[in-house]
Amino acid sequence: MKKWLGTTVAMLAAGALLAGCSSSSPGSSNGDEAVTLTYGVWSQEDAMQKIVDAFEADNPKIKVKLQVNPWNEFWTKLQVSAQGGTAPDAFWMLGDRFQVYASNDQLLPLDDAIKDAGIDTSVYPKALVDLFNYDGKQYGLPKDFDTIGLWYNKTLFDAAGVAYPTDQWGWKDVQDAAAKLTDPAAGTFGIAAPLNRQEGIYNTIAQAGGEVISADGKKSGYDNPKTQEGLQYWVDFVKNGQSPTLKQLADTEAVAQFENGKVAMYYGGSFYASRFYEDTKLRGEIDVTVLPKGEKRATVINGIQNVGYGKTKHPEELKKFLLFLGGEKAAKIQADTGAAIPAYENTQQAWIDSMPEFALKNFIDQVPDSVVYPVSKNTPAWNELEDKLLAPAWELSESVPNAANALAEAMNKVLAKE
Amino acid sequence: MTSTLSGRGANTRPARPARRRGAAVGLLFIAPAFIGLLALYLIPLVRTVVLSLMETGPFGGGKFTGLSNYEALLGDEAFWHALRNSAIYTAIVLIGIPLAILVSALINNARRGRAIYRVLYFLPVVTLPVAVGMVWRYIYNGDFGLLNQFLGLFGIDGPSWVADPQVAIFAVAIVGIWMTLGTNIIILGAGMQGIPEELMEASSLDGAGPVRQFFGITLPLLSPSIFFVSVLSVISSLQMFDLIYVMIGRGSPALDGSKTIVFLFYQKAFIENDQGFGAAIAIVLLMIIMAATAIQFRLQRRWVFYG
Repeated sequence: MKKWLGTTVAMLAAGALLAGCSSSSPGSSNGDEAVTLTYGVWSQEDAMQKIVDAFEADNPKIKVKLQVNPWNEFWTKLQVSAQGGTAPDAFWMLGDRFQVYASNDQLLPLDDAIKDAGIDTSVYPKALVDLFNYDGKQYGLPKDFDTIGLWYNKTLFDAAGVAYPTDQWGWKDVQDAAAKLTDPAAGTFGIAAPLNRQEGIYNTIAQAGGEVISADGKKSGYDNPKTQEGLQYWVDFVKNGQSPTLKQLADTEAVAQFENGKVAMYYGGSFYASRFYEDTKLRGEIDVTVLPKGEKRATVINGIQNVGYGKTKHPEELKKFLLFLGGEKAAKIQADTGAAIPAYENTQQAWIDSMPEFALKNFIDQVPDSVVYPVSKNTPAWNELEDKLLAPAWELSESVPNAANALAEAMNKVLAKE
Repeated sequence: MTSTLSGRGANTRPARPARRRGAAVGLLFIAPAFIGLLALYLIPLVRTVVLSLMETGPFGGGKFTGLSNYEALLGDEAFWHALRNSAIYTAIVLIGIPLAILVSALINNARRGRAIYRVLYFLPVVTLPVAVGMVWRYIYNGDFGLLNQFLGLFGIDGPSWVADPQVAIFAVAIVGIWMTLGTNIIILGAGMQGIPEELMEASSLDGAGPVRQFFGITLPLLSPSIFFVSVLSVISSLQMFDLIYVMIGRGSPALDGSKTIVFLFYQKAFIENDQGFGAAIAIVLLMIIMAATAIQFRLQRRWVFYG
């Protein structure tokens, strides 16, 4: 009995060794054994499984296992498993986290694969492609994107007798409308002015002609007077009582205030469309248009990209999978589910059509004016500083230039350490 | 006791092999606990100490930089700020102990329904802190919260409890008291039931009223339990993280005024990817907790009465 057990264990071990050998030699797709890749995501499970199925149908020798981890765990798990060498082969990545991974050699460069397959990256919004380029190497292909629009509550506009926002609106029009739409007696505000990066200040900073961080990612842009104009725009709404205060917005987040009909205008992402749409009462009361123009037009663009783990055991199969994920077929499957705007050119119509009550085309139309989401190697470190040092300006206990200059100084110190 | 000791000393030689075997068996018996302790506490502790002496990257690796993380820590305003917040929080939660003594004395004297009261007070202890935090967040909401609606009945315009930097830490500490009250009541209640009935009877024959009995008999005899509860409370308060994370959270204007030392650790190590610095915070916190506990043990000689 004992001997039998020993032999079996030895055979199993040998088998495992052999399997390990055959799968660890790169590009061994000519063998008969199927290769299994893992794909780490945090949501949209159904759509991703459909894409995986389509890929497996085209590539019978490659199996893909979907690993879904909720957002709160996704990043910690990814970082720890990357450290331990066991990260998923392919996984979702965001702009503000990307450079930490790219600069520490955790990601698989895709330039050769893109070139060999003859893929033209101009089918994606340029700002998105640039977001995942580090040191001249391309590490990701865009999966989807989001831009920001001006959501407005038609019922509140009608009640105040104010004409709906149009694509011709500028900052001044928003300010005038906010004044008319604010009704302290009814407890409604013209606009929500939270201290929000992607949906708030990053858009207006770009519209004012300022910058959050220099193009080389080495210097803060917050001491630039133009940047400060982009901040002042929001603080003025708070100062004039046309927006809930920062404290009120911390208690009940801006998007919820908009959903509750407490604010008439809300700078919000395309990613809220399906959430708003699910609320059948809200659906008929609101609509969306492009962001009002400052000195120029601008919206922040951000999105999920598919990237590969640098220490993967199957780089060739992985590249194949990543190119498939970035391709037209995957984009179309994704568009049909309506979960997010696919990044691939001309596949977005299905998303627009999925919510006919909203003028969603405005989100796509803004892509030519879109600016890259500002990042550096360790973005989260100065994101903390933005929250902490800009809050006094929103609380009106500090002037915008003073708060922003203090932020620039602190942020430059952090950037110098990167 | 003394006779066994001298007896052992007399027959050391013949007993040795047997004792050695006994020691081996003993080691075997503590092995499961010891291996667990080693793997889950001691090795991570040593690793944390090592990490705190290094400048690390987000994916491991790094180089030894000596005490530079500690130097940076002591020079960091945010650290002292967080330390102050943790101290304030701990001080407030300690107020919960007299409250727990009072409540458990009342429960102990209740004629009926003791079990029901104990369950009611103990429920928050077995509830998930995250769920507790979420519910209290709604209660504390400045515009729509239950608390402010209640205060509004008396014409009081309450603040945004968890968004206002001036009051947020107090608001969270009150929830902290509420959550730990149950444990404290159980421990103190057990201590009270251990007080001999005849002492009470004797004192009432001598003419002592309930108040006199409470301060003259109950409190002194309860002091070991009170000491135990206060040591536990100080440790858990200094480790406070989850309530701040759930009730205040990142991006809130109140965060700076309520960020505890463990929250700072989380931010540095896991958000800003500075694990070495985070490890240094963890080690300093460990030393602070050890010092606070040592001080309490020293002070107990003056007030704890082991009858």
